[in-house]
Amino acid sequence: MKNFEIVSKRRLAENVSEYEIYAPYVVRHCLAGQFVILRTDEDGERVPFTICDYSRELGTVRILVQEIGYTTLKLSRMEVGDALADFVGPLGNATDLSEFKSICLVGGGIGTAVIYPQAKQLRSERKSVDAIIGARNKDLLMYTEEMRAACDNLYLITDDGSNGKKGFVTDMLRELVNGGKKYDCVFAVGPLPMMKAVCALTEELGIRTVVSMNSMMVDGTGMCGCCRLTVGGRTRYACIDGPEFDGHEVDFDEAISRSRIYREQEQNHVCSIRG
Amino acid sequence: MTEIITRHEMPAQSAENRINNFDEVALGYTPSIAEAEAERCLNCKNAPCMKGCPVGVHIPDFIGKIKEGDMRGAAEILTGDNNLPAICGRVCPQENQCEKYCVRKVKLGGSVAIGNLERYTADWAMHNGIEAKHRESDERLRRMKAAIVGSGPASLSCAADLARAGANVTVFEALHKAGGVLVYGIPEFRLPKTVVQKEIDRVLALGVKIVTDVVVGKTLFIDELLEEFDCVFIGSGAGLPSFLGIKGENLNGVYSANEYLTRLNLMKAYENGAVTPVLRGKKVVVVGAGNVAMDSARTARRLGAEVRLAYRRSRAEMPARAEEIEHAEQEGIIFDLLVNPVEIIGENGYASAMRCVRMSLGEPDASGRRRPVEIDGSEFEIDCDEVIVALGTSPNPIIKNSMPRLETTNRGTIVADEYGRTSVERLYAGGDAITGAATVILAMGAGKRAAEAMLKDYIERK
Repeated sequence: MKNFEIVSKRRLAENVSEYEIYAPYVVRHCLAGQFVILRTDEDGERVPFTICDYSRELGTVRILVQEIGYTTLKLSRMEVGDALADFVGPLGNATDLSEFKSICLVGGGIGTAVIYPQAKQLRSERKSVDAIIGARNKDLLMYTEEMRAACDNLYLITDDGSNGKKGFVTDMLRELVNGGKKYDCVFAVGPLPMMKAVCALTEELGIRTVVSMNSMMVDGTGMCGCCRLTVGGRTRYACIDGPEFDGHEVDFDEAISRSRIYREQEQNHVCSIRG
Repeated sequence: MTEIITRHEMPAQSAENRINNFDEVALGYTPSIAEAEAERCLNCKNAPCMKGCPVGVHIPDFIGKIKEGDMRGAAEILTGDNNLPAICGRVCPQENQCEKYCVRKVKLGGSVAIGNLERYTADWAMHNGIEAKHRESDERLRRMKAAIVGSGPASLSCAADLARAGANVTVFEALHKAGGVLVYGIPEFRLPKTVVQKEIDRVLALGVKIVTDVVVGKTLFIDELLEEFDCVFIGSGAGLPSFLGIKGENLNGVYSANEYLTRLNLMKAYENGAVTPVLRGKKVVVVGAGNVAMDSARTARRLGAEVRLAYRRSRAEMPARAEEIEHAEQEGIIFDLLVNPVEIIGENGYASAMRCVRMSLGEPDASGRRRPVEIDGSEFEIDCDEVIVALGTSPNPIIKNSMPRLETTNRGTIVADEYGRTSVERLYAGGDAITGAATVILAMGAGKRAAEAMLKDYIERK
């Protein structure tokens, strides 16, 4: 098998696919919470993706890709048997929720890819694990079967109520806590506004919250500072200090602003590839 | 008395032209200039120039061959001593090294332009397919296996010397392309990437294997390498950028020089249609005054910006090479000296101005340079839409963090002796990873010395 070959590809939702990549080096030491950086081809840009699952036996790493930019669209046009130009990792630090006993995982959109390996991990440690998965509508929910198997309780919620309850993940979390659920940790992963909203709620509820920051990156090894963010008043790098941080300390407004740096340029590229 | 022939300067693109392109500024000697310059060498018996060369190039010998018109001979001497001569001939600070000791320096028309002659000879070697050669060496070295971490100048120099002696060498590079700072840091107009690639190809031709996309300390650990290889050399450089630590530094449009240059050099963001984006500010302020600051400023200029350089000391203290400062000035970079940024001001999340204070120079500090002191009430603002922070770099902590038993200093540099031997047996290090940010040639010298020790220690262990 070629290095970085696409071993399987599965459409999970509109604009979201799961890829399994042959990367024997990456898989040797990778752990849940870490990420990879890939380039589709020789002229490609470097884009980070969280590792959502892996098999040390097969030498493969799974990632979820939402087609929102140039590289992700390009990736969507690659097929099983094609090889990526580069696939480097594992980068960043592994998730560490060892100090917690009763955890609620909250996933929005492809954030589910990050909470899934965590659910499996926590389950294997015999901890109490609930999960809330949210999406705009039922077609955008993913990994529901896998998550159901990996958690004690799974709660689905959609903006339009087309599957599960109607509302946002924060509505569901508030309802669960108000109904008597006790969590000592919330692990929230998804779009920045979602993580920001979850953190505002858990601060009010007094629940420790860990978030995974999906900042833009170039090298992913601490060299450039592109992924920097303010945590507890200090500048930290998502790539080497994170990607996970205490959500109550993260300056989300700054992170949201930084995520839009190249919005204009990105639009032009996406237009050029869509033709 | 005969007339003293003065040094032949390097022909270069005019400043008006070059700010519109990314082509190399220096155009290279013609054969007749090279021969005329070579004639200036007095072939001193004790070769004082050589003591200024960290990799020990036999300078009068190769220049002597140019004089004789024997370019092949010159190329063979040069490539025999220096593993990356076309790179050194372009980026070495010769004025502080070989040329500093040239006896012609003061009264005889200026030092022989050794760097220019090195560039000329190295380019000749490249165009005429002069390959690096293996050396006669101990038979046992053919079984030696060495791993090299990183593929910048220290690593390439170490790898090439090990391979020349017959060892089996594998280089692990974290990025997708080999070359380290030579490909991500130094701009095309100072060091063309095709030149870097050809020099790397010559190292590869010695049998060196380069594996990209491997972050040692993450993908593989040093201890695994020590199990699989007889010895390991760490040449991972100093890649971690320093920031100012002032308000507004995380605004959009504020870059570390590393990020800015990596986007432009490694990811080629200056090319039309490049996928990797970079902001193209109209008014750019570069903070710092080292070579990296000059590289950043001159790059921004080529992207069409009005560029200012803010430095808290005076011109005399600027750490960049004199030539780089001159080139920057010719290209219209405005120097705001004795100016210190205190805040970056933003508008809608993007940098829009930099608040600064004026400084004066007080008593000398620990570095021997006069300490800049803030002048009360001197605050002012510089209008800008992009800020590039070029305040130096420190070693990347990934390796250190993955190997607690490796002794490091509180600055994050790896502790090693002059031959690169670290606190861990069979583990060597050299270049910026042990010294902190320095020059390409010092890193190459360190790689070379470490290779010597690695070969010697291997034989002793056998």
